[in-house]
This record gives sequence, C-alpha cells and structure tokens, in this order.
Amino acid sequence: MSLLSEGAGLARPLRDEDARAEPSLAGAGDYLALMKPRVMSLVVFTALTGMLIAPGHLHPVLGFTALLCIAVGAGAAGALNMWYDADIDAVMSRTVTRPVPSGRVAPGEALAFGMTLAVGSVVMLGLMINVLAAGLLAFTIVFYVAVYTMWLKRWTPQNIVIGGAAGAFPPMIGWAATTNAIGIESVLLFLIIFFWTPPHFWALSLLRTEEYARAGVPMLPVVAGPEETRRQILIYSLVLAPVGASPWLFGYAGLAFGLSAIVGGALMIALSWQLLRTPSDHAARRLFGFSILYLFALFAVLLAEWGLGGLFARAFA
Amino acid sequence: MAEKPNEPGVVLTDEQKRQRRSRSIALALVLGGLVLLIYVVTVVKLGPGVLSRPL
Repeated sequence: MSLLSEGAGLARPLRDEDARAEPSLAGAGDYLALMKPRVMSLVVFTALTGMLIAPGHLHPVLGFTALLCIAVGAGAAGALNMWYDADIDAVMSRTVTRPVPSGRVAPGEALAFGMTLAVGSVVMLGLMINVLAAGLLAFTIVFYVAVYTMWLKRWTPQNIVIGGAAGAFPPMIGWAATTNAIGIESVLLFLIIFFWTPPHFWALSLLRTEEYARAGVPMLPVVAGPEETRRQILIYSLVLAPVGASPWLFGYAGLAFGLSAIVGGALMIALSWQLLRTPSDHAARRLFGFSILYLFALFAVLLAEWGLGGLFARAFA
Repeated sequence: MAEKPNEPGVVLTDEQKRQRRSRSIALALVLGGLVLLIYVVTVVKLGPGVLSRPL
C-alpha cells in the first residue's frame, strides 16, 4: 500500500542552502555519529562471527582489515541514510538531535562523507581481501541506501521486512572474506537476522507510532494499526524460532547453540503472544529489549562454540 | 562595495576553533592509520619474501 500521498505531510527536506553560511561547528564526534556507531557494533559482531566460524584461515591482520572495511561500509550507509532522511529525522524526538537535522553538519557534507567512505571501504575490501566480499558490501550499501532508505521506507509498510535484508548481509560478507564463497551456513545466519528484524523493529515502532505518523513514514502500526502489527510480530516470531535453530538442525552448530536457540525462540514467541493478548508499552518494550538479547546471544554462542572447538582441537591434536 | 584590504574576514569563535581542531586531529589520525594499515597489509600479503624479491 502506497502512502505517497501521506508523504506530502513530510517536513521539507533540508538543503545545503539551509545550512549556516558561517564556519562549521561540527566536531569529530558528529562525523562519528553520522556512522551510527551502535548499528555498526552489531554489524561488526555478526560479521566477525561469520568470518571466524567459516572454514579456512584468514590472517589476523587481514581479518581486522576486512572487519574495518565492513564497519566503515556500514557507517557509510548510515551517513547516507542520515543525509537522505534528514527531513524525517527532524520531526522525530529520537532522531532530532542527529548531526544533519540539528544543523551541525550540512546535508552536502554528510553526502560527501558517506560516498567517500562507501567507495573507500568497498575498494579497500576488494583490493586487500577479495572481490566477492567487496561486491557483497557494495550491494549491501546500495540496498540500504537506494532500496530501503530512498524507496521502501516512504512507500510501503513492508519497508523494514525487505530492507532488513541489508542488516542481514554482514555475516555473509564476513564468511565471504574468509572463504571467497557463499556457504549455506552463512545463508542461514542471513535468514536469522532477516526474520529477526520485523518483530524487533515493529516492537519499537509500536512505541513510536504517533511520531512515525507525524513524519509520514508508513510503518505498519501507522498503516494497518497496532492490532495487526502485534499479529504480524507473532507470525514472524513463529517463523524466527525454527529459523534461529536451523544452524543446529542442519548440523552446523553444537548443542549449546541448539538449546539457546530453542529457549530464546520460545521466549520470543511467548513475549509476542503476551504483547498480542495484553497490549501495553511495557510489553512492547520488553519484546524489543529481549529481541536484542536473543540475537546477541545466538551469535555469541556460535562464537563460543567455535572458540571452544578450536581449543579442544588444539588440545587433542 | 569592494572589501577593504585590512578587514579580518571570517573570524572563528573559540568553539569553532575547538571543533576545527578536533576535526583536524581526527583526520590526521585516520590518514596515519590508513598509511600504517596499507603498509602492514602489504607486508602480510607479500609474506616473508618481502625483502628478497627478484628485481
């Protein structure tokens, strides 16, 4: 369903001529903020997991370089997102203090910063690691900026479902950095993040429905209402639970991962069910918080199993 | 009206000078880090034969 007509209610996009003519007040911290460091940390963590559990060996210096390129590429996507979405950010309390809507960084500066980092990170990854990983990183940045930010976000309530793919690519890029290939295991990690994104973001959007409506962003609670959103959250949680356990079911992960995925998946379903039956901000906030813990725990257990497996392998070698 | 030669032009406030300094330091650190990274990666990729390559 298109909400382009509602888009007319969007605030006027910020332009360079709006920026102060006087010298910039932006500090290094503002440019760091443009890169969305909190999102970057999750990207680095999931990419590191994909990189380490992949079969094969990557020299630690090259592994660090690959992670740096992936982190900077994610930061570039964040900066380009903030450049394009400055009009939306300016009318939402959560984002109004970001560098562009607050006027500390001019839109053109954010665009140039994002483009420089995007091209630099992709070229460096291609030259220093491999072309497949660089291609995946380039695709992720383009997908996040052009497909999600510029197109889907303002057009359809399915924006974060399809756009969530961008956030799901980092473990595949990490895997490709080590193996120069795309393995079924990395696809399973992709699917976990892909199906995790809707319940995670919709739980947050239930808490921000009025702001999204004011900004003209067609999030699901704005378009279909909170009741339908809670139903969709439960459906995606029901899909996520088995997908979350799939690396163990397919034999790519150990028992600790399997148990964590089953318990975590059951809790995601229980919290989603509770949100549907007894709707409240508290229930939405609890699901949102737990979803972060769930994803972090799954990837942390995968890493721990890899680390312990390596220790055992060396001990019995 | 033509600008008088002795006009000071844009005068930065203390805050603007402080932020410019933070940007300059950050840029210097990033460029220095990039040089170091490319140097180390080159050595790693060329391996132990980095010093004994045929000319």
